[in-house]
Amino acid sequence: METVTNLEPMRKGDRTLSPQELQIQRAQRRGAIIRYVVLTLFGLLMLYPLIWLVGASFKTNEEIFSSAAFWPKEPTIQGYIDGWQTSTPYTFARFFLNSLYIVIPKMIGTAISSVIVAYGFARFEFPGKKILFGILIATLLLPDVVTRIPQYLLFRELGWLDTYLPLFVPQWFALEAFFVFMLIQFMRSIPRDMEEAARVDGANTFQVLWFVVVPMLMPAIISVCLFQFMWTMNDFLGPLIYISSVENYPVSLALKLSIDTTEAFNWNQILAMTVLALAPSLVVFFIAQKYFIEGISTGGVKG
Amino acid sequence: MGGDNKFLGMAYVSPYVVGLCLFTAFPFMASLYLSFTDYDLLSTPEWVGLDNYERLFTRDRTFNKSLSVTLLYVFMTVPLKLCFALLVAVVLNYKLKAIGFFRTAYYVPSVLGGSIAIAVLWRYIFAEVGLVNMGLTAIGMEPVNWFGDPQNALFTLTLLRCWQFGSAMVIFLAALQSVDKSLYEASSIDGAGKWQQFRFITVPLITPVIFFNLIMQTVQAFQEFNGPYIITNGGPLKSTYLLPLYIYDKAFKSFDMGYASAIAWILFVIIMALTLIAFWSSKKWVYYAGDKRS
Repeated sequence: METVTNLEPMRKGDRTLSPQELQIQRAQRRGAIIRYVVLTLFGLLMLYPLIWLVGASFKTNEEIFSSAAFWPKEPTIQGYIDGWQTSTPYTFARFFLNSLYIVIPKMIGTAISSVIVAYGFARFEFPGKKILFGILIATLLLPDVVTRIPQYLLFRELGWLDTYLPLFVPQWFALEAFFVFMLIQFMRSIPRDMEEAARVDGANTFQVLWFVVVPMLMPAIISVCLFQFMWTMNDFLGPLIYISSVENYPVSLALKLSIDTTEAFNWNQILAMTVLALAPSLVVFFIAQKYFIEGISTGGVKG
Repeated sequence: MGGDNKFLGMAYVSPYVVGLCLFTAFPFMASLYLSFTDYDLLSTPEWVGLDNYERLFTRDRTFNKSLSVTLLYVFMTVPLKLCFALLVAVVLNYKLKAIGFFRTAYYVPSVLGGSIAIAVLWRYIFAEVGLVNMGLTAIGMEPVNWFGDPQNALFTLTLLRCWQFGSAMVIFLAALQSVDKSLYEASSIDGAGKWQQFRFITVPLITPVIFFNLIMQTVQAFQEFNGPYIITNGGPLKSTYLLPLYIYDKAFKSFDMGYASAIAWILFVIIMALTLIAFWSSKKWVYYAGDKRS
């Protein structure tokens, strides 16, 4: 701390600072240092479970039990090899592929339908708009638990059990109110001049949406896709209810299966598969973090 | 814009209307109907009037336990999580170098959210010979039976959700950044300290966002499923048997769809009642600065 404060008078160049100014500066600097220390310590506390997880996945079972340190003494990838095989006839490759079969149609369907519906709300007047918008906001608060059982019965009637259809078809109808709301907020902040100019030039509203609005809305659309990717990868209850055969399991169910069936204390296998299950979400987050933060602060979000 | 715009607007929102009827409104009503029936998935639903509700409130000990555990969980998790989120947001609102890095770091656990992998991780971190107990032993403290002891299990689940304060924090941060800086300057000339500024300027100005976070987090906490299901499976001694678990077991394990719907409706009514109370009380404490907030 001393060395830092000693530098101050020189920084200001030719003007020497009065004792009061120096004092204020010193106090500010001390405040900043305290903040850094607190942020770093608390941040480590926050992230250590995840850091430990990665280290532990390369440890032997005996070492996981005996050390809280991150770095494995005898690093081994045996946990990954054994865990990947699973106790089922399928490897985790199958389960990751299954997750993609859910994520991709869900993401694309959500983005397309939410943009179309948000456009309708943000740019047109029609009878009943206020009521419908009210309902949209109210469904943000509607707990899924009320509609879950009849939805299950509906999908059973349709013969969709043990398929992925119940997991993504509802999302093709812009049913995630949060996304529609978020897109409406973004659209409100886009000036309408270009849209009006395109209209004057004879474009129809759909062309305006596709060629003018969608390009400007791209960051928000990316946010929608990313959140949907994350939530779907993380979803457990949906697959738990609808998917019954192991060959159709997504990663989340496969992971649950491996805690249930792996003999007690084969921790490194489970931790290794936990790392892999988190990896896609983490990679996506680090590549595109600004879209998450923008999306969340525009729309407010669950999670 | 011309008259056909009316129809265009309706056309654009029509996918939502169709989906809403099919997957929300109809199941919503059906769920209420089912709650007055006895339905095992095989025969047709049989109308039993208020039987399910009567059974829940007068004869079902598990329901009573589950309800009180759920309320306890929500009333512990939501305030703790919001306090953390606000506190960290205030600290992260200072202009510091590398602040973006810290914001990201604090947000990471929430991004992974309710993921099953995180629940698995939690289960191993707080196991009897898990990371936390190894840490406690290393600094000379007694290890704690985090999930085995009914006194601690629910609290340990609460910790998991408090660790994931990130999305509430990001919303707070956005609100803090829109607070007019000149208010702080003016008040510090008047001699207000940091705490007074926080209490009398910051908090009142961000009440709309506090309100929003409060509602969203409450609705969410009432629906907690993954944590207790994966980590404790409701135990020990049903100390973490939250209502969503009970509903799941009744509906999808014992196929008692009518009874499960009744529990779901009670949960729904509680959430709605609390939300309405919050909305009603918000008139007294939520401050909207003109029409600045849209």
